[in-house]
Amino acid sequence: MEFLGHYNYWIVIFLMMTGFYVVISHSNLVRKIIGLNIFQTSVFILYISMGKMPGGTAPIVAEGVTLYSNPLPHVLILTAIVVGVATTALGLALVVRIKEAYGTVEEDEIHAQDESL
Amino acid sequence: MTLNMLLSHLPALQVVVPLLAAPLCALLRPRHLAWAVATLTSWVCLLISLTLVAQVQAGGTLRYTFGGWPSPWGIEYVVDLLGAYVLLIVSLIAALVLPYARRSVEREIDPEHHSLFYTALLLCLCGLLGIVITGDAFNLFVFLEISSLSTYTLISFGRDRRALTASYQYLIMGTIGATFFLIGVGLLYVLTGTLNMADLAERIVPLAESRTLHTAFAFILVGVSLKLALFPLHLWLPNAYAHAPSVVSAFIASTATKVAVYVVVRFIFSLFGYRFAFDQMQLDWVLLPLAIIGIFTASVVAVFQENVKRMLAYSSLAQIGYMMLGISLDSVTGLTASLLHLFNHALMKGALFMALGAVFYRIGSVQLGQMAGLGRQMPWTLGAVVAGGLSLIGVPLTVGFISKWYLILAVIEQGWWILAALVLVTSLIALVYMWRVVETSYFQPRPAGAVIAGEAPLSLIAPTWLLVLANLYFGIDTGFTIDLAGSAAAALIGGEP
Repeated sequence: MEFLGHYNYWIVIFLMMTGFYVVISHSNLVRKIIGLNIFQTSVFILYISMGKMPGGTAPIVAEGVTLYSNPLPHVLILTAIVVGVATTALGLALVVRIKEAYGTVEEDEIHAQDESL
Repeated sequence: MTLNMLLSHLPALQVVVPLLAAPLCALLRPRHLAWAVATLTSWVCLLISLTLVAQVQAGGTLRYTFGGWPSPWGIEYVVDLLGAYVLLIVSLIAALVLPYARRSVEREIDPEHHSLFYTALLLCLCGLLGIVITGDAFNLFVFLEISSLSTYTLISFGRDRRALTASYQYLIMGTIGATFFLIGVGLLYVLTGTLNMADLAERIVPLAESRTLHTAFAFILVGVSLKLALFPLHLWLPNAYAHAPSVVSAFIASTATKVAVYVVVRFIFSLFGYRFAFDQMQLDWVLLPLAIIGIFTASVVAVFQENVKRMLAYSSLAQIGYMMLGISLDSVTGLTASLLHLFNHALMKGALFMALGAVFYRIGSVQLGQMAGLGRQMPWTLGAVVAGGLSLIGVPLTVGFISKWYLILAVIEQGWWILAALVLVTSLIALVYMWRVVETSYFQPRPAGAVIAGEAPLSLIAPTWLLVLANLYFGIDTGFTIDLAGSAAAALIGGEP
């Protein structure tokens, strides 16, 4: 039961490893960015999970509510999401310029072109 | 009255000034104006960090709480001796690189991108200063990403198209590193419910057996090791340094990795506690072999490089190895040696990369073959390369000697004579690769048909030689640096029961 009770953390680990694998294994630069995104998303879920209380609501003072979720990790992860978006944008911008300079987004072809110089 | 108010807000201003100046730079279309604003900002930053050093030396650790929220609720900036010392290194290098930047950037970067270049440089400065000054673990992540994202941008400004792939490679590895760091901070928060470093340090003491704490430690250390290019996580660094514009190489080579080393020191000694790191986690068994392999392989690889900037990049990897070696010795002398080398390496690599930037300015290349016979035509520039190289090797009367001396003292203190011999051997390898540059540029004739290069302009030579003279000055009058590094190290190790 405990295994299932922490299912959100299992999802985190699954996503993290998937993203990490995609980053390492693919030679297509765009796919690497996608893998990086999945990797970062797993951390977002990790943070969101840790702030959640079962049965807790948003931390607003109201009558009859005593159980709150912790808002701090959620706020933190908003910042991390913004950072993630910026990283993705910058990464894709670099890929566009690499495509212009090399005519390809495959890592091995780029490597071959640099070697032949 | 107002001056006192201003002085009490210096820790915040140290970060806020470059942060506000950066968008201002982006708005200023006339590129000389953007440069002027950036230079002025870097000088203001230097002034602030000098004042902070004086304040810390006079009155002890400074704590600055934002918005009146007391720590651990609000974000807190902490300037202790170590912090003030690293702030000084970063802003000193920035204040010297920016006057140098005007001519070099005019030569290497398209005119319409100048304002954006200075914006990215200021953001990078802001991020690095923020990493050092913040007392909040999550805030550190944010500054880490500010400095990293701007560094990726800065590298991609390089003329060579390989700068783009270098930047991309760094982006992938840097983001993985930063995300690892974020996971580690998240685990710490789960355990303790706080993000304030001082508060964390107290709350994790009873949790030393916790598996979560061990995992958090591993994630944070691996994440930061990617940033500081510890062997074998260094693959991004040689390309990034070699293909970035000269100004960027000079700036990040002497600041970015140093700040990452600072983060390692901060987390091991101030947050986790060195007894936890070395006794519980056996950190020395990981760091020491990696540092030694890193020093040795990087030094050897450097000998075979044809691109001099790439050669210096490998040399930087070896120097990072020396710093990690000092940390892994787990002694006050070892840590002193690391902190000394932090400062000294910034001086020598700054001087060397700036001198190479001057070479690039004149002949448009830093390939060893192209530099043949340049010693007569650019005496001041190549003189700076020789002086910086001597310092890198560790010849007496230069700062390099002081750091090597302390490192060897620390190694011998542990009774590891073989390691002391290794440090000497790798210094000799440094002699080999620096000699290749000297031999080519002084004793070989200029290739037939090569352009006759005159001396580089004064605005490139003057900052370079200021750094060279600093290399000599701090190599002779060692009181200031040894005093600072020594007391910072003693505070870090002695500050814990």
